[in-house]
Amino acid sequence: MENLIGVLVGAPLLGALILLVGGRALDRLGHWLGIVFATTSFAVGCVLFADMVGKDAEERALHDHLFSWVPVEGFQADVAFQLDQLSMTFVLLITGVGTLIHFYSVGYMEHDERRRRFFGYLNLFLAAMLVLVLADNYLLLYVGWEGVGLASYLLIGFWQHKPSAATAAKKAFLVNRVGDVGLSIAIMLMFTTFGTFAFSEVLPDAGSASEGQLTAIGLMLLLAACGKSAQVPLQSWLGDAMEGPTPVSALIHAATMVTAGVYLITRSGEIFNGAPAAQTAVVTVGAVTLVFGAIVGCAKDDIKKALAGSTMSQIGYMIMAAGLGPIGYVFAIMHLVTHGFFKAGLFLGAGSVMHGMNDEVDMRKYGGLRKYMPITFVTFGLGYLAIIGFPGLSGFFSKDKIIEAAFAKGGTEGWILGSVALLGAAITAFYMTRVMLLTFFGEKRWAGAPDPQTTPDVEPADGHPAVGAAPHPHESPLSMTVPMILLAFGSVFAGLLFTVNDTFLNWLEPVTHHEHGDSPISAGVVTGCTVTAMVVGVTIAWLMYGRSPVPAVAPRGSLLTRAARRDLLQDDFNHVAFVQTGSYLTRGLVYLDHKVVDGMANGTAAFIGGVSSRMRRLQNGYARSYAVSMFGGTAVLVAATLLMRAVA
Amino acid sequence: MNPVNYLYLSALLFTIGAAGVLVRRNAIIVFMCVELMLNACNLAFVTFSRIHGNLDGQIIAFFTMVVAAAEVVVGLAIILMIFRVRHSASVDDANLMKL
Repeated sequence: MENLIGVLVGAPLLGALILLVGGRALDRLGHWLGIVFATTSFAVGCVLFADMVGKDAEERALHDHLFSWVPVEGFQADVAFQLDQLSMTFVLLITGVGTLIHFYSVGYMEHDERRRRFFGYLNLFLAAMLVLVLADNYLLLYVGWEGVGLASYLLIGFWQHKPSAATAAKKAFLVNRVGDVGLSIAIMLMFTTFGTFAFSEVLPDAGSASEGQLTAIGLMLLLAACGKSAQVPLQSWLGDAMEGPTPVSALIHAATMVTAGVYLITRSGEIFNGAPAAQTAVVTVGAVTLVFGAIVGCAKDDIKKALAGSTMSQIGYMIMAAGLGPIGYVFAIMHLVTHGFFKAGLFLGAGSVMHGMNDEVDMRKYGGLRKYMPITFVTFGLGYLAIIGFPGLSGFFSKDKIIEAAFAKGGTEGWILGSVALLGAAITAFYMTRVMLLTFFGEKRWAGAPDPQTTPDVEPADGHPAVGAAPHPHESPLSMTVPMILLAFGSVFAGLLFTVNDTFLNWLEPVTHHEHGDSPISAGVVTGCTVTAMVVGVTIAWLMYGRSPVPAVAPRGSLLTRAARRDLLQDDFNHVAFVQTGSYLTRGLVYLDHKVVDGMANGTAAFIGGVSSRMRRLQNGYARSYAVSMFGGTAVLVAATLLMRAVA
Repeated sequence: MNPVNYLYLSALLFTIGAAGVLVRRNAIIVFMCVELMLNACNLAFVTFSRIHGNLDGQIIAFFTMVVAAAEVVVGLAIILMIFRVRHSASVDDANLMKL
């Protein structure tokens, strides 16, 4: 069984290699090859899962040592995989959702001549993400971490002919890099503290380090998590990352890559348990991002950016739950999995809407689409109900548990976190209802088609409508709708499945060591509050966007709305705080370099040059003047000798 | 006679020679002045030898004469060649080796 872990990672890696090296010869069947490799990985994951379920809880972890990477005395870096319940959960999510999105991409990228390359990148992403969650030490995790960053860069910038996409890719890469620095420092600190970076040695041994050391490591890990999971203050890349093709947004920026930070914090639980200050930082980051993302999501008219704000906010929930310690880890991962289903479904739904609407992303130019795209409407609607926490659907169970755990943190902190989480739930309901109403309900607002009967329903000859032509909404092909339907099933039933008999809790318990927190208010009251918050959010959204007509051009809006449209000034802040400061600094350094460093070198040269051009005049070529200096010199020497003798 | 007087004479001859080297332009005269300085030194050596009562100074004077003879051979040859090429024996005319 251990050897299968290598296949799990190797299949998509081989796929990426073949697709990217194979060249144009593979253009025609490249996407099917990509799907085969992704599906292989998923199938192997299922086999391993079945095997794992059959064993006792304590014996489930598998370990596969491939080779020694850097075998040096005192520094042992191995390429070794570890498959325990936590990794297994991620493996199934990554390969499962990943495979569905591979299928979806076949239809979505149909008209793109670089489709083969796209599938190569998708496979590369799967491989990197699997390395990240399967690594048995932090150094190999770092390899996967960087691989994920690379794949996301390539995929965001996939339409590199668009300057905005190229810029977004660079931005994502740079912001991620800031977080990566945090992870590398954390690994170095770990090495100096524990002398190793293997999970099996660092984590059980965490108690032996001082609290200060653990806090330092924890804060650096948090910085890393902020970068990859788009948390405040490194959140600015996620919105722009929507420049990538929609399947990429669904796979990377909703279901898998952004969850890497949550994985990192949960995996390093023992370190955070010993560092309360770092835990406080984690919950603060989570709570701030939760509200931040939600507010941004409320103001965006671009459907994908609204969903991106929502992703940020939901990951905020997970990070907050992970920061709560042993009472929250399980629920962080549970929300992560349910979120993986419904957010991937929502993004694929958004992609389907865009596919039918000539790649229009402005929700104010949608409206009334439910008649034209029934399957998209139903699957998107189920994802919507799941994310707002409609009772019975998956988001309800996982989010409710997090809010309960937040209250159970105890003290003032618990009340603050719980209230913030409830507020977040209300805002989530508001913005998701807004997306739903703007897209599928109300009057039709797209160009020149209020009455579908008079619009000529003719496909252009090449099957791909010209950009700028009046859209004629249609349902997407089967390859796109089937993954959406499957994900909708996940959005509906995952939560119930996980919660009945505490299945998910018992499954993860051996890895994350759950503690039941005592909430100051009963679970029933929390659930009541959550549902109330949801109803309030939905009602307000309905009053604003359902009952009254929506203007096709966005109104000016309040100060907060305008700030939220600009992502709550995150880019402006970064521009003032880092870009401008940095450019002033570099300009100052350039000035210093020119004036002081170059000045010294040039000054010395000029001095020597000046002196020697004056000295040159002594070399006048007249033998008699040389004789004078010779006599003069001799006279001086003789005089000096005599003087010295007289003094001595 | 007081031997110190020879030293005064030697210094006088040396000064005349040095002044000649510095002020005269004709290479032959300059050369003769150099010889004068050399012989002023010889006189000083011999005088000191006499004053101190040993022969070291006189031996050195012989060496100086030998060196001076060799120098005259080489020096006159150079001056002759310069005169042939440049039709002048002025030391100021031979000033090509300057920047």
